[in-house]
Amino acid sequence: MSDIRLDPRLKSQRFRQEREADWRRLERLMDRVEKGSAAALTDDEILAIPVLYRSTLSALSVARATSLDRGLIAYLETLSSRAYFFVYGARGSLRANLAEFFAGGWPAAVKGLWRETLVSALLMTLGALAAAWLVGQEADWYYAFMPPEMSGGRDPAASTAALKATLAGKAESDGLSAFATFLFTHNAQIALLAFALGFAFCVPTALLVLYNGAVLGAFLTLFISRGLGVEAGGWLLIHGVTELFAVILAGAAGLKIGWAMAFPGEQRRLDAATSAGRQAATVMAGVVVMLFVAGLLEGFGRQLIADTAARYGVALVSAVIWGAYFYGPRREAARG
Amino acid sequence: MASAAKRSQDKSMVSPLVTPEGVDLQLQLGDAAQRAAAFLLDAAIIGGVLTAMSLLAVLLGIGALGAFGLTGGEMMAVVWLLGFFLLRNFYFTGFELSARAATPGKRAMGLRVASRDGGRLRAEAIFARNAMRELELFMPLSLLLGRGQGQGVESWMFLLAFAWSAIFVFFPLFNRDRLRVGDLIGGTWVVRTPRQSLTRDMADDGAERLRRYAFTPAQIDAYGAKELHVLEDVLRLRERRTLRAVAERIAIRINWTRSPDEDDFDFLSAYYAALRGRLEARLLLGVRRRDKHDA
Repeated sequence: MSDIRLDPRLKSQRFRQEREADWRRLERLMDRVEKGSAAALTDDEILAIPVLYRSTLSALSVARATSLDRGLIAYLETLSSRAYFFVYGARGSLRANLAEFFAGGWPAAVKGLWRETLVSALLMTLGALAAAWLVGQEADWYYAFMPPEMSGGRDPAASTAALKATLAGKAESDGLSAFATFLFTHNAQIALLAFALGFAFCVPTALLVLYNGAVLGAFLTLFISRGLGVEAGGWLLIHGVTELFAVILAGAAGLKIGWAMAFPGEQRRLDAATSAGRQAATVMAGVVVMLFVAGLLEGFGRQLIADTAARYGVALVSAVIWGAYFYGPRREAARG
Repeated sequence: MASAAKRSQDKSMVSPLVTPEGVDLQLQLGDAAQRAAAFLLDAAIIGGVLTAMSLLAVLLGIGALGAFGLTGGEMMAVVWLLGFFLLRNFYFTGFELSARAATPGKRAMGLRVASRDGGRLRAEAIFARNAMRELELFMPLSLLLGRGQGQGVESWMFLLAFAWSAIFVFFPLFNRDRLRVGDLIGGTWVVRTPRQSLTRDMADDGAERLRRYAFTPAQIDAYGAKELHVLEDVLRLRERRTLRAVAERIAIRINWTRSPDEDDFDFLSAYYAALRGRLEARLLLGVRRRDKHDA
C-alpha cells in the first residue's frame, strides 16, 4: 500500500494517462481518413498511422491483461479495429490494381484453371455435337435448341438465299453501337450466372455450357446443310473466338467453385470454397472484359467486315492474341 | 454502458478476427436485421437511380432523336444499357472496393466488409462476393417476375425457383458467422464498425479521495471484477438515490462505520479506486477474480 500513498494514481491509470495523447492522435487521423480525405494526409501522417496502430494494439493487449477499466478496453478495441481496417484495408489506387490485374493476376488465374477450362471446352463441344447429330436426324430439333428470339429468322423454314442474306454485313452503321452494348450486357449477365451457378456443385454450370454448345451446334448444322458452312463459320468466329472462349472460361470458373465445394481435398470445405472462389473471381472479372471485346467485334467488326476471308483473319488473330496472353511464357511466374 | 454489458453477453455474435499481429479484435458481426436493412437501403438507391436514369434517358433520347436523328437516340440507348449493367453488377463491388469497404446502405447501418482470415481485403474477394448476387438475388427475381402465371409444370418450376431462392435468402441465418453464399465464396464477412469515444476513467476521482479513507485489505477483498463494473456504472450515472443505496450495501458488507457527513460519492469512488487497485495488482500476478464468489 505504500506506493499508493506516494502516488495516489493506480498503475492502470498511469498507463492510460501516459499513452492517451497517442490514441487521441490516431483517433483524429482515423476520423479524417473515414471522412474520405485519405489523400489529404501528409506523408508524415501516413507513416505515423501504422506505428500508432501497432502501439495502440499492444496497449490493447496490455490493457486486457492488466486493467479493469472497461471503458478503456472498449475504446481501444474500437480504435484498433478502425486503424486495422485502414492499415490492412483494400489498398492501392484503381490504376495500380488494374495494372496488376492485367499484367499478372488475370492470366495467372486463367492458367491456373486449365483443367476446368479443358472440361468446360469439352462440354461445349459435346453439346454442339449432340445438337448437330439430332438436328441432322430431324430438322425440327432445331426449334428445341434455338430460342425464337435468338434465331432472328435463321431457322430451317427459311430459304437458303434468306439464310445467306442474314450472314452479310450491313454497309450502314445504324443501331450498331446499341446492338453491341446489348450483346455485351446480355452475354456478361449470362456468364456471371454461369459462374455463380457453379456453387450448386457444378451441375447447373455444366448444363448451361452444354446448352450453349447445343445452340452453336444446331446453328452450324443448319447452315452446313445448306452449303453455307464456310460463310457461317466466318460470321460466327469473328467474335466467336473471343466470346466462346469467355463462355468457356466462365464455365471453368463455375466448375472450379463447384468442384472445390464437392471435393475440398485436404482443406476445410469453407477454405477450399474461398480460395477457389477468389481465383475464379479473378477469371470472371477478365471474362467481363473479354465479352466487352466480343461485343465490339460482334456489333461493329462483323457488320462492317463482310468478307469471309477477312472475318477468318480477325478470328485467327484474336485466337493467337488470347492464347499467347493467357498461356504464353512469361518472364516471371506472377501470382495474383 | 448498457451496450457494453450487452456486448459482453452476446458472445455468439463476436467474431474472432485476429490481426496479423496476433491480437483478437473481438469485432461484432452484423446481425441479420442490420444486413437486411442495409440491403434494402441499397436496393432502394439502385431502384431510385435506375428510375431517374430511365426517365432522363427517355427525355434526352426524345430530344436527341429530334436534334441528331437516329444516332442521337442510339447514344442514349447505349448509355442506358451500360448504366443499367454497371449499376446492377458493380454498384456493390465499386463501393466495397473503396477505403470504407461499405455500400451507402452498409455505411448507414454501421457495417463494413472484412476479410475473414484477418488479412488484406482483396479486390477478387469483393468481386466474388458480389458476383454471387446473380445467383442469390437476380436469378430468383427474374424467375419470379417471368413465370408468375403458368400452370401445371410451369407452376411447379415456379415453386422450385421459389424454394431455391428461399434457400439463398435465408442462408445467413443458418450459420454462425451470418455468411451469405457470396461471403462464403469470397472469404469475407460483414462486421460492425462501432464508434466509441474514450469515457472518463472513474479511478481519476477515486484515487484522490482514497487518501481520506483507510480501507483494510480484508475490506477491499470483499468484491470481484463483476461488482467493480457495477460500481463503475453507478458512479458514472451518479444518481443520488442509487449512490445512497449502494453505499449502504457496501458499508454493511465490509463493516464500515460511516460518519454522518460522509458523502456517498466520495466514499464509493474511493472504494472503487481501492478495489480496482487491489484487483489489478492481483491481475498482474495472473489472478483474475471474476466476482465476489470467486475465491
